[in-house]
Amino acid sequence: MTAGTTTSRALAEASPVGAAAAAGTVPTTVPGADGPRAGATASGRKKRSPRDVLLRASVPTAILALWFLGSAQGWIDEKQFPAPWQVGSAFVELVSTGVLWENLSVSLGRVAVGFAVGGLLGLTLGVVAGLFRLGDQLLDPTLQMLRTIPFLAIAPLLILWFGIDERPKIIIIAAAALFPLYLNTHSGVRNVDRKILEAGKVFGLRGLGLVRHVILPEAIPSVLVGLRVSLSVSLLALIVAEMSNAPRGIGFLMVSAQQYFQMDVLVVCVLIYAVWGLSVDLVVRGLERVLLPYKRLGRKS
Amino acid sequence: MSVPTVPDLAAPTAPTAPTVQVRGVGKSYGDRTILENFSLTLRPGEFVALLGASGSGKTTLLRILAGLEEHESGTVEAPAERTVVFQEPRLVASKRVGSNVILGQRSTRDRRAAASAALAEVGLGGREAAWPTTLSGGEAQRVALARALVRNPRLLLLDEPFAALDALTRIKMQALVAELCHEHQPAVLLVTHDVDEAILLADRVAVLQDGKVGVELEVPFERPRRRGVPGFGDFRRRLLLELGVEEAIGAA
Repeated sequence: MTAGTTTSRALAEASPVGAAAAAGTVPTTVPGADGPRAGATASGRKKRSPRDVLLRASVPTAILALWFLGSAQGWIDEKQFPAPWQVGSAFVELVSTGVLWENLSVSLGRVAVGFAVGGLLGLTLGVVAGLFRLGDQLLDPTLQMLRTIPFLAIAPLLILWFGIDERPKIIIIAAAALFPLYLNTHSGVRNVDRKILEAGKVFGLRGLGLVRHVILPEAIPSVLVGLRVSLSVSLLALIVAEMSNAPRGIGFLMVSAQQYFQMDVLVVCVLIYAVWGLSVDLVVRGLERVLLPYKRLGRKS
Repeated sequence: MSVPTVPDLAAPTAPTAPTVQVRGVGKSYGDRTILENFSLTLRPGEFVALLGASGSGKTTLLRILAGLEEHESGTVEAPAERTVVFQEPRLVASKRVGSNVILGQRSTRDRRAAASAALAEVGLGGREAAWPTTLSGGEAQRVALARALVRNPRLLLLDEPFAALDALTRIKMQALVAELCHEHQPAVLLVTHDVDEAILLADRVAVLQDGKVGVELEVPFERPRRRGVPGFGDFRRRLLLELGVEEAIGAA
């Protein structure tokens, strides 16, 4: 599964949290008090010197240059790996014929539905188990046990149950999205600083008011870490789900490209997954900026 | 308007009706007795410092008065209008300074104006929109003070509020607290292990010994107070002795 590996690597570069996801297990990581800042790369924080930027860009640029040069000189066998311009023209063709969008939209739809179901469920269960002792007692042991099952392992079972239509694909994506959000929301709500809770109580907050004004705002950093992992893992689940018996989708495109030795189309698909992973990261970072404006302004003290 | 007359609870029935009355309170954690037959009275507007070594139970008493902990025996009478400044600012990181000050209150225009006024009082006028993470330790603690004062408490509980500040900030904060308490006149209970701080701020110092108030002394100095006025050293030594500390550093 070369494609999967490449995509995983792209994801891993995009975010350290995604790296755990790419390792194939459902990550349980809950970074410490620092929350999403620990997850985000340090790059967002300080300005880089031109020299630094140059050095960091040098290796990727060199690799690209080698690819161009190698393909042009014939060092790289184009039956093994296509030239950059072949990938470019394959991309243009896929776009102009509408094939790309036809399949990409199906993939996007699957993740949207699967993530909406699994993510919302994970978020809700996490809040309930985090807030109420009874909820914790009823939900947490079961979910902690279930999360040890690698979600990809249930794919064959789901296919036997539901056949090869959309349902097993969406269920796998939902199952993948559920756990990271559950775990991070649960621990985020649980670990709200007791001292701040106490202050809330002293100043007259009770019940729902305490939840709304102290507990949820304080848990948001954790929830966002969960969201980031959830979205990355959903993509992973999508790739696996689409590669078995899908009539449409980016995964289907890849499988048929593989069968017809369309190397250029394969590479285009891998790049699309990579861009997807990157966009997920950018979206969550954007959300962090909106929801946690104070995180960027923190003092070190 | 024929509103039935409600007895004004704030108005004392007798001129000396106490704000806080603690009688014979006991509290233990497991088999460790923290408070035993503890009694203390605070009159309206009175500033009392409760001195004690660490682990002596002074914070436990404050938490009982704040309603954060239950006592096991005895009676505690404290007004519902009570607020606390803790050792740490304990601000909600995701709320701006102004919203933190009126945490738990409706954000009406009235309250926001009150928050601004309280912030101005603690020297943070115009900082309503700042995020707590951008404040220095002293500034954050001043926000906590504004949050406690904006509610016009009848009882202000101070749980070593200066302990985590650097020495210079501490001096400024102590002056600020003295000034604001003089202005607003709540009854104040300051829990501290800092003898100087107790003498500088309090009308009366109570020393916690073996779970109860062992010694209670009126502070005999005029305000504004300074370290080193005649008698300060003796008074200080006396309190330190009560705390079991003999102060002599260097060779005899």
